[in-house]
This record gives sequence, C-alpha cells and structure tokens, in this order.
Amino acid sequence: MDFNDSPEEAAYRAKVRKFLDANATLRDPNKSKGNMLDEAEGDVIDKAKAWQALKTEAGWACLRWPKEFGGQEASAMESVIFGQEESRYDLPPSIYGIGHGMLGPTIMAHGTEEQKQRFLPDMVKGEEVWCQLFSEPDAGSDLAGLKMSAVKDGDDWIINGQKIWTTGAQYCKWGMLVARSDINAAKHAGLTYFAVDMEDPGIEIRPIKQMNGGSGFNQVFFTDVRIPDSNRIGGVGDGWRVAITTLMNERSSIGSGGMGGGGGIKDLIELAQKVDRNGRPAIEDGGVRRKIADFAVRRSGLKYVGQRGLSALSQGQTPGPEASIGKLIAAIMGLEMGAFGMELQGAAGVLSGSDNPGATVWQNTYMSMPGLRLAGGTDEILRNIISERVLGMPGEPRMDKGKPFKDIPTGTAR
Amino acid sequence: MNFDFSEEQKLLQNTAREYLTEHSSLTHVREVLEADAGYNKDLWKGVAELGWLGVAIPEEYGGAGYGYLELVMIAGEIGKALAPIPFGSTVYLAAEAISREGDAAQKKQYLTGIAGGDLIGTMALTEKVGTLTQKSIDATFSDGKLTGTKLPVPDGDSADFAIVLANEGDGQSLVIVDLSAKGVECSKLDSLDATRPQAKIEFNDAPATRLGAAGAGWTIAQSVLNRAAVMMAFEQLGGADRAFDITFDFIMNRYAFGRPIGSFQSLKHRMADLYADRELARSNCYFAAWALENDDDELGVAAASAKISASDAFENMVIEMIQMHGGVGYTWEYDCHLFYRRAKVLAHTLGTTDEWREKLIVKLIEDAA
Repeated sequence: MDFNDSPEEAAYRAKVRKFLDANATLRDPNKSKGNMLDEAEGDVIDKAKAWQALKTEAGWACLRWPKEFGGQEASAMESVIFGQEESRYDLPPSIYGIGHGMLGPTIMAHGTEEQKQRFLPDMVKGEEVWCQLFSEPDAGSDLAGLKMSAVKDGDDWIINGQKIWTTGAQYCKWGMLVARSDINAAKHAGLTYFAVDMEDPGIEIRPIKQMNGGSGFNQVFFTDVRIPDSNRIGGVGDGWRVAITTLMNERSSIGSGGMGGGGGIKDLIELAQKVDRNGRPAIEDGGVRRKIADFAVRRSGLKYVGQRGLSALSQGQTPGPEASIGKLIAAIMGLEMGAFGMELQGAAGVLSGSDNPGATVWQNTYMSMPGLRLAGGTDEILRNIISERVLGMPGEPRMDKGKPFKDIPTGTAR
Repeated sequence: MNFDFSEEQKLLQNTAREYLTEHSSLTHVREVLEADAGYNKDLWKGVAELGWLGVAIPEEYGGAGYGYLELVMIAGEIGKALAPIPFGSTVYLAAEAISREGDAAQKKQYLTGIAGGDLIGTMALTEKVGTLTQKSIDATFSDGKLTGTKLPVPDGDSADFAIVLANEGDGQSLVIVDLSAKGVECSKLDSLDATRPQAKIEFNDAPATRLGAAGAGWTIAQSVLNRAAVMMAFEQLGGADRAFDITFDFIMNRYAFGRPIGSFQSLKHRMADLYADRELARSNCYFAAWALENDDDELGVAAASAKISASDAFENMVIEMIQMHGGVGYTWEYDCHLFYRRAKVLAHTLGTTDEWREKLIVKLIEDAA
C-alpha cells in the first residue's frame, strides 16, 4: 500500500506541471469550481476553445486517444494525473467532457473509418464542440422509451421530435442523437444513432430555466431536420447498443471527483464558530459537533473511494463500481450539508445572494443538489445499477418486453 | 500509487479465512454463547500456533515482525467469523500499549507471552456509567499498589493481566497488573454478547507496575485507543461483510408473491445503500491502515473516521439483516442475533460512536484553525 506516485508517475506529473506552470496560473483553492448545473457565461466558450487549442498544439489533448485521431495514447493513470493537475489551475470550465469523455469513444467503437477521420481529429482540437441529445420529456431513466422519429427519405433521414436536458446545445456544432426508426419494432430494437449538425435548419434551441435560476441545459426541438445516412453511427435499429457505449462512458466520467461543489467541512466549522446557538458559539453544541463529524466521515469515505478507483487504474485494472457510489453519496450529502449550513445561519439562512450577510454557498448548494440527484442517472437508477450489476440482484419485472413500441404506454397519463 | 493490499497480505487473509471457516463456524460461536464459556480455548490455541497473536510483534519477542497491514487483514477475518476469542483485547490493546510504552523487561515478559499464546491481556479504563473522561477515574496507584474498581473490562475474566488507568499524584498513569495477584477480585458481568464477555475487576492494594511515564497515562491511553480503533474497524467491517453475504443469500432464495424477495426494489435499494455505506467505511479503513502503518500525522482523524464509519456500517447492516430475514430473523435458532449482539458490543468497545465523533471534531477544529 503506497499513496505516493510511482517514479514513472512522478516524472509524468512533473512534466505536466511544467506545461501548466508555463501556460496558466494556479487557482485560489477556496474558490468554488462550479458544477455541471451552472451555465457557461460570457466569453468562457472562447477561452475554453483557446485553452483546448493550446493543449492540442502542445500534445496534451485527449491523452488516452489513439495518435491517428490526435491523441497521445497515454495510460489511464497519466490521463488522471493530467486531470488532477489541471484542476489546480485557474482555467475555463471544460466544455468538452461530453465529446471527449462519451461521444468520441462511441464513434471509435461504432463509427465507420470515414466517420472517425471526419469527426475525431476536429473533436480533439476543440473548434467543434459536441452535445448529447438523448433524454426526452417522456424518456429519461427509461431512455429506450424515446419517441423522436427518424424516417428514411432517399439518402437522408428526416427527424422530428423533442430532446431535453442538453448541456451546451447553444454553442455546439455537433450533436449525438438517438431516434426511433421503427415504431413497430420492439422497444429497444427500433432505435438508430446519428451525428447531427446543430446548425441545420429545423433545429430550435430553448434554454431551460432551472429551479435555482440557472440555465445549464436546453430543450432542443427538431422539425423535419435532414440527416444524411452517412452520419448514422452504427446499424439501423442498433442505436440502443451504441447508446449504451455512450452511457457507460458517462458513468465513469461523472463520478470522477470534484462533484457537488459547495462548501467543505472547514467552511462548516468556521460557520459554526461564528454563529451562536443557545448563547454560545454553535461549534460548542454537541448536536452540531456530531453532525459535522458525520459529514467529515462520509466526505473522507468518498475521497478514499475515489482513491481506490485511481489506484485500480494505476495498477492497470478497470475501476469497479466506485463511480456510481460516488455520485449517489455526493449528491445526497451535498443536499444535507447545504441544509445544515442554512440551519446554522438561523432565520437568515433563507436569505440568498448579496442580501445574506453571511456566506451563500449553503443556499446555492441546497438549490442545486436536487438537480445533481437527477442528472447522469437518478439516485434510483444508480441504486438499480448497484443492486443489479454490482450485487447481481434480479432486474425489475418488465411490462414492455417483446411488444411493438407503439403498443407500450409511455410518458405521463392523466 | 497503490491503494490496495499486497498479494502476500491477501494470501495471509485467505489462509486466515480458511482456518476460521473450519475452526470458528457460527456453531462454535453459538457454543460459547450458550455455555457462557467466555472464549473458545481450542481456537485461541490454534491462532497462537498460527502466529496471529504476534503478527505485529517484533521477532526478538517471538512475533512475526510483520506490520499493521498484515494485522488488519487478520482482524477482518476475525470479524467475519465472529471469532469468540479475546483477540482485540490482547492484540489491539494490551500488545499495542506494551509495544509502544513498555520497557525492555516488560516487552520481554508480556510481548513474548502474548506472541506465544501464554498470556491474555486487556485494558481496563472505564469505571462507571457514562463517557470515559479523566474526571471519571477514581482508581488510584501509589507505592506500587493499585486500588479501585474497573467496569466493564472486556475479556477481564479470561485475562492474565490488565493495563489499568489510575490516578497517580496530580496526574494519571497506566499500570500493569497481574490478575492472579493478591488483592484482585474479578467477576463476570452479564452483557449483550457473551462471546465477547465483560467483567468487573476490583483492586485492593494489588501489586502493579507502571507502564510508560508517570502522569502520561491519559495521553498514552488515547494513543493506544486510536491505534486499536483502526484494527477494530477492520474487524467490524469483516462482520458487516459477512452479515451482508448471509442476508443476500437469504433474500435471493426466499420467495414471496411468486418472486425471490431480493427482486423487490424496496430490498434492492436498501442493499445498494448498505453496500455504498460499507464501501465508504472500507475506504476509510484502508486509509487508516496506511496511516497506522506509516505513523502518519493524519492517524487521529483517519482512525476516528474508520471507527465511526465501520461501527455505523456494521450496526446498520445487522438491523437490516433481521428485518430482511423476517420472523425467523428474530429467533434464537437463526444466526442474525449473533451478528446483532457483536455489532453493538464492538461499537461500544474502545468508546462509543458518539465519543469517537467528539474526538474527530476536536481534531477537525484543530486542523481548521
């Protein structure tokens, strides 16, 4: 058991730091990094693109990818080391997580040679940003219940329908889309997967205003959008298998650290030292002390669950189910910690923004964590994954197996 | 980076598991419980012969001279088997205190005795109902004599010697007492888990020798408790693992409404949560083992975090174990209560979970300053 880098890892880390020191400045570690529910504002898109271009030029982009597509064929651990180091610097938020983490690997697994050459090198360089068009108003956890229609017309497909929860649709050049190409086929058999040019006519993007006031996501409406058959990824009717590749990559990237944002244990202790409870500093109250201790225990557990995943990578193994546990615990605990920070602030805990004389990280966390509990696999789906895939318990009884999709009830019935 | 145990350490773990599967079955555990026998003497002799009592004891005192990473592997298996032996009292507490603080003669006498299986030791700290504090100690040591009453003392009735916390002058010291000496009266106490028994020990001018410096007793005791907590956390984690496996096997083979009850989402999701809790605890334990082995500055925080999360994981698991078994889970015949008893007793050994939460927050406040 050894927490330190191996000599090779240490040498690689030093190389990474040299590059970063020369091109970026360290971030104030007390400043929150933001999370997936935040919208990209101002010129951050341009800055993010410039940083990606610089990384590509210097040979630090898409480290794990094959060299023929612009990657470096680095090991998983090297890629993790780069990520760890990069997160210490004051850099624009990554707008490439979905493309590089999920869609690129999907094209590598299922795309034609032509598609790989057309899409992957540009994806690395970052001029073209990608988004994911999977969820629909009636198909979230039950993704295979999606209804967006794809109808073959000559060499094109005509797409109609609505997608939702699309991060970054407004600044993306390309999207990855799953649509229903055969409504008479069984539910999972009638789907086909496409790459779609987001600048095509017939695509309308509307931001979703979240309950916390932010707009990190969009609805995307498709009206008679034409996609050439050459942009179909995988076979007709094989879209579910292709989508699974994407989703498997999502779970492994979402769980990887830095989740939840919000205040830490130190912040809670400092707050409890400042505010009163029963005429004494709240930090002297037994209930407050026990609660903070419990948060700290879970936080450290999460941290070392992550470290065990990294350790598996470092040893050349595939990390286990750590990713699912990470998000499940981080989101629930984030919500509880936000609520407890507000509790310590007393009546003023409901004040938000600059009208709160204290810190508002707790209110922000409280208002964003319900979203994190749903994004990238709801708590319930994650528990299904843990119980079924990790523990080997039986799947749920299904009412939708072996029937044509058109005969299966979907969505909200009233 | 390698945040895992080595192949050799895992091999040791497997050997321990195989031995305990045969020699510490739940039938063996039940025999000790029902006969109120204190501990299983054959098993104790067996683990001594296998060298487990001296895993972390230096070779010069008859030990194997391995480290804590090996010891926690064995502790985990002891926990899985609910082994009815005074392993924790002797190895985590007594041997640890003497290894850290004993003089050459004490080490020679006690460590050699423990490693060879000839001596059972324990630590006697608490005296009354409520939290252990410096003020709660009335026992007194002066002129080589100890007077006072300790309760509850884990494995006190089986132990050959005890390390006792007592007032000395203005401070407190740890002293070693031979429990067969004149002036020592030991009585067994009824408790929740007779396979990890408790005792009351009265000392009346009993001969005792100091362990470590005069007045340093409280500090040493806290340091020993921190170290013992890491090993105990592995034992608790082992218990939680076994309780999980037994429960899993039961609910996958018990049918109701035409389905295994383990196919119902109400049980699946709870098993997923129990699994997640246990993985958090395991990860805290791994880091604590590393901190213990390397005497890292973070040992205090790491030990408390490991102990708290392992206690909670084991306790939550056994409560669910009974619930998921249904009516049979509440019978004497089924084994659930063996785990239920053990989980609670281990959670109280070395200090309750709330006491560890307090230790943790004190350290976190220090670190935050």
